[in-house]
Amino acid sequence: MTGRLAAVPVLDGDQLIGDPDVRIIVCCGAGGVGKTTTAAALGLRAAEQGRKAVVLTIDPARRLAQSMGLTELDNTPRPVTGVDTSAGGSLDAMMLDMKRTFDEVVESHATPEKTEQILANPFYQALSSSFAGTQEYMAMEKLGQLHAEALDSGRWDLIVVDTPPSRSALDFLDAPERLSSFLDGRLIKILLAPAKGPARLLSTGMSLVTGAITKILGGQVLRDVQTFVAALDTLFGGFRARADKTYQVLKDPQTAFVVVASPDADALREAAFFVERLAEEKMPLAGLVLNRVTTPGPSGLSAQAAWAGADRLEKQSRVTAALLRLHAERAGRVNRERALRRRFAAAHPMVATSTVAALATDVHDLTSLRTVGDLLAA
Amino acid sequence: MTPAHPPGAGVRLHVVTGKGGTGKTTVAGALAIALAAEGRRVLLCEVEGRQGIASLFDVAPLPYEERRIAVGSDGGEVYALAIDTEAALLEYLDMFYRLGRAGKALDRFGVIDFATTVAPGVRDVLLTGKVYEATRRGQPGRSMRGVKNAQPSYDAVVLDAPPTGRIPRFLNVNTEVAGIAKVGPIRNQATSIMSLLKSEQTVVHLVTSLEEMPVQETLDGIEQLAALDLRVGALLVNLVRDTGLTARDLKASAAGKLDLGEIQTALKEVGIPADDSVVQGLADEARDHAERVMLERAQRKRLDASGKPIATLPFVPDGIDLGDLYAFADILRAAGVV
Repeated sequence: MTGRLAAVPVLDGDQLIGDPDVRIIVCCGAGGVGKTTTAAALGLRAAEQGRKAVVLTIDPARRLAQSMGLTELDNTPRPVTGVDTSAGGSLDAMMLDMKRTFDEVVESHATPEKTEQILANPFYQALSSSFAGTQEYMAMEKLGQLHAEALDSGRWDLIVVDTPPSRSALDFLDAPERLSSFLDGRLIKILLAPAKGPARLLSTGMSLVTGAITKILGGQVLRDVQTFVAALDTLFGGFRARADKTYQVLKDPQTAFVVVASPDADALREAAFFVERLAEEKMPLAGLVLNRVTTPGPSGLSAQAAWAGADRLEKQSRVTAALLRLHAERAGRVNRERALRRRFAAAHPMVATSTVAALATDVHDLTSLRTVGDLLAA
Repeated sequence: MTPAHPPGAGVRLHVVTGKGGTGKTTVAGALAIALAAEGRRVLLCEVEGRQGIASLFDVAPLPYEERRIAVGSDGGEVYALAIDTEAALLEYLDMFYRLGRAGKALDRFGVIDFATTVAPGVRDVLLTGKVYEATRRGQPGRSMRGVKNAQPSYDAVVLDAPPTGRIPRFLNVNTEVAGIAKVGPIRNQATSIMSLLKSEQTVVHLVTSLEEMPVQETLDGIEQLAALDLRVGALLVNLVRDTGLTARDLKASAAGKLDLGEIQTALKEVGIPADDSVVQGLADEARDHAERVMLERAQRKRLDASGKPIATLPFVPDGIDLGDLYAFADILRAAGVV
């Protein structure tokens, strides 16, 4: 039964974090599979083995954030306390604040006068704090910043990132291309037109489109958008250049993508989607981390034998019958998970996999993160 | 504990959210079946492009078109729709503005592409807009021209919504839009959507398992939704495992004080090899189980303390099939969720 599974290449967490050429690890996967936990556990283990690591988390569960000392959401990497630094490593952590990140980009690239104008724009305020989709652009921006700082100052030699919890998690890969298509497109010319020249210079097509947009958005919104785009105009180029650069870094062998899943059909379907998507983009995939895998009990008793025994013992010993049922359920779960993993491995035979056994309790402190780290390396 | 709303009374839009991995789509599907009783017609929508409904109901991937996918009792029907933002935008433009040649020009100039893929926020506006349209269809008052009689109207709409962490922003996006557009058609649309979402016609149900993080997110979600004047319906506790152990045995398991001699004798009686490692192995599994059960009970207490109505749905080991969905629907009805 396990023959095919044994042939699956193994993802060794220690080899991954021990490789000095690997400088960025990106964890992606469906929501609720333990992505942030995996990122935090890898970062902690790397730090305790001597890497100077920083964990960038996008949307962590509150308790986990607390376990890493992230009570403040100030968009700055902070040292995690309680880390064993005897091997010469260190661990910083930060939570992405998309509004702060956006504000900082504006502040550092626009004149003070223009900065004030942009930050006060109602359109900018909604965009930077409330709109889904901004997160992907800002995750890319922040990653680029951390990477640049790591190169300049030598403060870090490993950046571990987790991604937003949805299928759109990989949308940040598209961010440079999307920005480019917008900036090179004709729409931006329309949006910038009134700011740059008299309307009569517009082509017929353009005035048709401007008319339609005005009709849909109303004149006031269009004017606000135009003011906003004109103010941001000088920033767009820089955005694109940095996003392009980060995209190239992600494609480079110094980056390792880790797809995270749990052993159920839905999460593995999402994992397959991520694996294929990364392959399409020619992104370097290190492998799959499978969290919360059920381990077979030590007894070696089959599910069938346990069920049969439980049925016969109902009268003589209720507790034994109940224990056998528990065992039978667990053994059944082990079998189903194996079948799912075999199916995934058959479709993606080259994907190295690391399995992390299910823990009895939830992970929310450094001690339990270390336990997860041990399992990732085993 | 006061029910958030009497069964079915006046609620037309059921928003179902939950942390990833808690079975949000499954519960949304079961809720749609539960609502489709007594000849009622229900629409089940998904917005994340995952085709979760199609795989749940074991039908071919859904196009951007309302299709009947299941039946309820007494001629009730469940329709499903996978909302595609680009199609929704084109439909919206067509419905409201009849742009003709200018509409095509919008596409050529990359406006459509910009709105649906580049610009943050617009996706959520379009998705909530489509749900609003389907919910209001056939209702008296302001309804959308163009589609008025072309598509069926529904007694209720169930939205398989984005996960808990994203739900406040998702549902509140039109408030932001109304803040940007001070006058005009966009503002009117945004205001109408928000007034539906904040009315007694809409409730948000939160799906959770009895693990610490999903429960924490659920409790945070309740607070955030309340702060936005959005109504929480029921807490739907999913993936709940039965314990076959009595309270006494559970305690003994956790404390490592099971009578191993009794177990060994019993195992031998039914011909199961009962050396010490087997007996100890079973006892260890029982301890893990007992720890988990106690953790779950503590989490359940935290949910109970919220005062919200709660329905409990069992863990199904072999994966959910259509039969399970109908069984879940019965549980939801019996629990008074609909």
